[in-house]
Amino acid sequence: MMGFTWAQMNAWRKKTVLGLTLLVAAAPLAACGSNAANNGNTAEAQGASGETSAPAAVEITNVSYDPTRELYDAYNKLFQAHWKEKSGQDVGIIQSHGGSGKQARSVLEGNEADVVTLALEQDVAELEKGGLIEPGWVGEFDKQSSPYTSTIVFLVRKGNPKGIKDWDDIVKNGVEIITPNPKTSGGARWNFLAAWAYAQAHDGADEAKSTEFIKSLYNNVTVLDTGARGATTTFVENNQGDVLLAWENEAFLSIKEHPDDYEIVTPSISILAQPSVAVVDEIAKKRGTEKVSTEYLQYLYSDEAQKLAGENYYRPSNPDILAQFSDTFNLDLKLVTIDDDFGGWEAATEKFFADGAIFDQIYRK
Amino acid sequence: MGQAKWVSSRHSRKKNRVIPGFGLSMGITISMLSLIVLIPLLSIFVVLSGVGPADFWKAISDPQAIAAYRVSLICALAAALVNALFGTILAWILVRYRFPGRRILDGLIELPFALPTAVAGIALTTLYSDNGWIGKLLAGIGIKVAYTPIGITIALIFIGIPFVVRAIQPVLEKLDGQYEEAATMLGASGWQTFRRVVFPEIRPALLTGFGLAFARGLGEYGSVIFIAGNIPYETQIVPLIIMSKLEQFNYGAATSIALIMIVFSFLTLFAINFIQSRLNHAAKGAE
Repeated sequence: MMGFTWAQMNAWRKKTVLGLTLLVAAAPLAACGSNAANNGNTAEAQGASGETSAPAAVEITNVSYDPTRELYDAYNKLFQAHWKEKSGQDVGIIQSHGGSGKQARSVLEGNEADVVTLALEQDVAELEKGGLIEPGWVGEFDKQSSPYTSTIVFLVRKGNPKGIKDWDDIVKNGVEIITPNPKTSGGARWNFLAAWAYAQAHDGADEAKSTEFIKSLYNNVTVLDTGARGATTTFVENNQGDVLLAWENEAFLSIKEHPDDYEIVTPSISILAQPSVAVVDEIAKKRGTEKVSTEYLQYLYSDEAQKLAGENYYRPSNPDILAQFSDTFNLDLKLVTIDDDFGGWEAATEKFFADGAIFDQIYRK
Repeated sequence: MGQAKWVSSRHSRKKNRVIPGFGLSMGITISMLSLIVLIPLLSIFVVLSGVGPADFWKAISDPQAIAAYRVSLICALAAALVNALFGTILAWILVRYRFPGRRILDGLIELPFALPTAVAGIALTTLYSDNGWIGKLLAGIGIKVAYTPIGITIALIFIGIPFVVRAIQPVLEKLDGQYEEAATMLGASGWQTFRRVVFPEIRPALLTGFGLAFARGLGEYGSVIFIAGNIPYETQIVPLIIMSKLEQFNYGAATSIALIMIVFSFLTLFAINFIQSRLNHAAKGAE
């Protein structure tokens, strides 16, 4: 006789039921628990050295956004030398890049970042809301924790066939604009706000008129990509559109890669894009990396690091160093700021990007 | 005596089933199913329990979301219909004809499964954009593919085709040629033979393939996102709306819309099962 007896079958069945009960009971725990395995998009260890617990070496993770890849590549080497000299310790830096909002979410959901260097103050503020960063982080470092800035410029095809000079040229009929969706791309919110600032300055701060202006601008948008890198690909590789609203540093990188195909047009007004940096207090405390993490961000303000930022097409926040790059950047450009002209990110989000707010309204038929 | 013993042993064997390990395999199956399917689905309800009915309604009835349901449903449906037609032809060719390169073609069918969807999306966009190889030709006759609903449909056709082909192929392979011979000898034309003899045999498989391709199309994100223009009310698909809610840290609204997608998919699969059982019933009644 082969097979199981009924008693055996019943025992199995009981075990099965028990197992299932445990599983279902564990479900809420699993849902709430941190998923540390969900670790960033493109993490790469740099100069990983020894065990993290060894006092001679320490390791930190910097979760950043897409276009800072080249900058931090260079900066990490600079900082490793600086930290070695200062404390005698080797520091390994794990770098992670992706869309700013997505990166913030990954930290919120358990990606253990000691420091974050993101595109938007708001994304860092989400980490504060999540209890990972202590309130008051904006004042922790100079210049509202923005060691380098950028702005929004136009990237046009060589020779500027559509004669684009300023914002009012791109809303004309027949001009095709490529820009990412401000609802899915944090960076694209700067584009929107820069255009809004121009409209406000030219129609006597009339909101209805500015909304019309923005509406005609987005009517000319033929592809609304989900992220800044996607928009660049659409414009550069797939040859769509006449003008790309781009971060200045991204625009410079495109020019560097294809010097014969594109040129940069600086509008009369743009916005000071201030990427935010912060130590993720809870995680740094837990991992005992507070000191090195703080120094990592503090050192971004040093002359060497500021120069490095300039070389990577970010505007250094130190005015003296910025002046050294006057050949590269158009320093006459009038720049509005999120705090002075829009009342901070929270107010701007509420007014422009929340569900049903101005951005949604301009698409409503 | 011997016969009685045989009967009793047969009887008990039946009780215990011929293949051992039912309890164990069932346990493993349900545990795996729980871990991979049920619990993640349940977590939707966990998140939703924190969303009030008013917020839920607001999220799912948002005009942009409704426009996106329309885009997703129409494109997925169009793609599934195209796949049903061409998938059947493709399966037919692969099974019924022998030609050089058949094995390679057969292997290529699975490429959409193997290729990362983002790669597929970027490749399709490059081909079908105004200055791409195929897009240039189509633009010449005034058809814009990339960044329009047509582009979305093409991406969905690409990812859905294996479902139909692989569902129909084995049925066609097993189909006995005698029935077709008999039909021909009884005077049926080629088309009649196909419609009356072959088609009823492959219909259940076709419906399954169609349903799978459709459901997959509703949820597809990676390949579509590159080829869709993502313009609100025009080329935004539902998964993009979910992503944009997440990007705004609005987990509640994202989950609400996700639930609607699950309901759509469920209704589709349910409807297909229903149609199938009706057809089976009708077929049995006819016998």
